[in-house]
Amino acid sequence: MPSLKDLKNRIASVKATQKITKAMKMVAAAKLRRAQEAAEAARPYAERMNKVLANVSAASEGGAEAPLLLTGTGRDQVHLLVVATGERGLAGGFNSSIIRLARDHALKLLSQGKTVKILTVGRKGNDILRRTFKENIVDYITFREVKQLSFVNADEVAGKVLHLFNKGEFDVATIFYARFQSVISQVATAQQIIPATFEKTEAATGAAVLYEYEPSEEEILEDLLPRNVAVQIFRALLENNASFYGAQMSAMDSATRNAGDMINRLTLSYNRQRQAQITKELIEIISGAEAL
Amino acid sequence: MADAFNFELVSPERLLVSEKVTEVVIPATLGEMTVMAHHAPAMTTIKPGVVSVKLAGGEVTKYVVFGGFADILPTGCTLLAESAVKLSDVTRETLQARIDAARKDAEATTDHGHKTKLEEYLAALTNLNGAILPA
Repeated sequence: MPSLKDLKNRIASVKATQKITKAMKMVAAAKLRRAQEAAEAARPYAERMNKVLANVSAASEGGAEAPLLLTGTGRDQVHLLVVATGERGLAGGFNSSIIRLARDHALKLLSQGKTVKILTVGRKGNDILRRTFKENIVDYITFREVKQLSFVNADEVAGKVLHLFNKGEFDVATIFYARFQSVISQVATAQQIIPATFEKTEAATGAAVLYEYEPSEEEILEDLLPRNVAVQIFRALLENNASFYGAQMSAMDSATRNAGDMINRLTLSYNRQRQAQITKELIEIISGAEAL
Repeated sequence: MADAFNFELVSPERLLVSEKVTEVVIPATLGEMTVMAHHAPAMTTIKPGVVSVKLAGGEVTKYVVFGGFADILPTGCTLLAESAVKLSDVTRETLQARIDAARKDAEATTDHGHKTKLEEYLAALTNLNGAILPA
């Protein structure tokens, strides 16, 4: 049985922890709002890009030589996995769910005899994946110093990916990130970025408008596709960021609640023990008086 | 009075402009072009330069864009810029930083086709520097 003083100390320490988790939850909530706004603001560009890409690729279909970024290299021997995770922990299952998905994917590919290369974005994923896939990790990018994620950061990642692709280092690239569904639910997602995939819009499948291309379709497409890779990565990073703060917020919320429960329990046993001690003292006094 | 049409200037980070305009001057790769209402559908890439937007009200606002492309339809025009800033917000330092970065990229690449493109980009940037920030 812990003494009264022990209980008192434990209550104080749990209270201090609760204060920290509460503050972290508040910070995460504020950052989540900003991250969500950023993700929302990036949507028009991505949508237009998708539309334009669908139009242009429909127009250039059957053209002489479609760029490799669109059609792929025709093989799927070497896979590049871009694993985007958070820089920090304390966000519930956020990092581990992305890593689990990436690891399962990598193991499946390896068992099929394919070559797997991994590019990690974010410290957490790098730390954990390095344990199992030390030889497979080709590069590591961290945004630790970055306060506000901007397109330049995504461009940096895209630059590395495209550089590898142009050297013929891989055939298929997939990015792993957590799609933001709501504050309490983030879904780890795998999305193929090379060869390009995009939703066929109605305009593209139906009677496409007769565009005049300046310069030619091929040249525009060549310009567009690398940019599309960057946009897809940017989108994934933004979603990931929002998901991270969402996960952190709910993790900190439940931590705060747990701390509250614990304080209640500890206070109850503290009070019970104090009462017992008072009763004990009273009995001692009374029996002492009776003995006289 | 010329007809108004919808003009949108979008960067990956956000939607900068979405307005009714009468006239837009775009720095297309093959030369500047002015887009007005009922323009034939066209798609063009853009080099770094100044986009000048004439609003339906008559006032003109200017933006500096750094590459991208434009999607032109008879009913509207969408400009997807890699990066865009208001002309009044451009400073010599930020522009110089971009020029330096572009130069470094151009020197680093060995691929010829890519190098030519980067050099073109660099030239456009340097031109822009002289045009909007006269020494």
